[in-house]
Amino acid sequence: MLAIRDNRDKRAFGLLFDHFAPRLKGFVIRAGAPAGQAEDIVQDVMLSVWRKAHLYDPERAQVSSWIYQVARNRQIDIIRKEGRPMPEALKAEAEETEPDAGQVLALEQETDVLRDALDRLNPDQRDMIEKAYLGELTHSDIAEATGLPLGTIKSRIRLGLERLRHELKDLR
Amino acid sequence: MSEQISHHIPDAIMAAYVAGNLPRPFALVVASHVSMCDECRANLLAHQAAGGAVLEGMAEEKLSGGMRDRVMGALDDAIDVEPEPASRQGIYPGPVVDALSGKPPKWKKLGGGVRQCILDMGNEGSARLLYIPAGRPVPEHSHGGLELTMVLQGGFSDSTGHFDVGDVEVATDDLEHVPMADEGEDCICLAATDAPLRFSAFVPRILQPFFAI
Ligand SMILES: [Zn+2]
Ligand SMILES: [Zn+2]
Repeated sequence: MLAIRDNRDKRAFGLLFDHFAPRLKGFVIRAGAPAGQAEDIVQDVMLSVWRKAHLYDPERAQVSSWIYQVARNRQIDIIRKEGRPMPEALKAEAEETEPDAGQVLALEQETDVLRDALDRLNPDQRDMIEKAYLGELTHSDIAEATGLPLGTIKSRIRLGLERLRHELKDLR
Repeated sequence: MSEQISHHIPDAIMAAYVAGNLPRPFALVVASHVSMCDECRANLLAHQAAGGAVLEGMAEEKLSGGMRDRVMGALDDAIDVEPEPASRQGIYPGPVVDALSGKPPKWKKLGGGVRQCILDMGNEGSARLLYIPAGRPVPEHSHGGLELTMVLQGGFSDSTGHFDVGDVEVATDDLEHVPMADEGEDCICLAATDAPLRFSAFVPRILQPFFAI
């Protein structure tokens, strides 16, 4: 992903496409896209990934998390034909320094823990979690869906954000 | 700034926001709060990671022939650049600035010195700015559903606690409360509801459609 972001490497993008595009097609179909439209959405999402690559920050998100959010946003924009409210970007995201290898690795490990936890859920629980992140549950339905340990990954990301804030202060 | 925030976005609401399944008026409050609160930004990113884990675990669907070539061939196409989310202006976080189209709010009087500016009104609910003079109450009202209220200036208290700049109050069906603005500075809030607010005093119910409350 960094090769795509920093060098606009099309070969690297091809590999990313081969990994994610078939999963994305499964994902958008489960999220309610008609079969005929699914590939259009996947195409749209993958092109957005290419075009928004400069916004990707490995200290704060794994590639799968980031593509997940791009996919949900695009699918909703296409259905509703209006943008959703988005938080402010953190300043100086563009002039990012070298990512901190320790932070990137730790985030990767936390994400693996999350993936394992998802695999270990019983089928009903897993179905609920999938529905929640596919956008099929309301917030009050989700209140009852539990089972993923988000606490540790959250504090890991929090550390990364604190580091970034620190750098931003130094820039001023 | 985020050090002082003590009332945050609950997990279920954050998960629905990340999944794009939170009604627009509430999404505006979440986006505004995340703009000011690193703790909730970290939580948002954690939910995105969970969404990413779900995506990784999806069964693959075979792509039709030629699709890969189509995408690879379109990489160099010129496209319109999407506008970036706005940045903060004064007390208003970027998402509110976007909802106001970058202009200052146009206040309408509600009675009792309270003023409002509707930001979003549709079948998903409504979002508005409320202006409550220091030391004055918000008219008593009950909620048909969920209400999220975020403080942008000043502060307020009700039976559930005290809310400062950046804090979000989560109120549900059963809460009938009289938020009271702090003494000192006038209070400005961003409030979102999924059902029309019902004011019990101050504004006669018959006037509600007129005020779009
Ligand atoms: Zn928060
Ligand atoms: Zn209320």
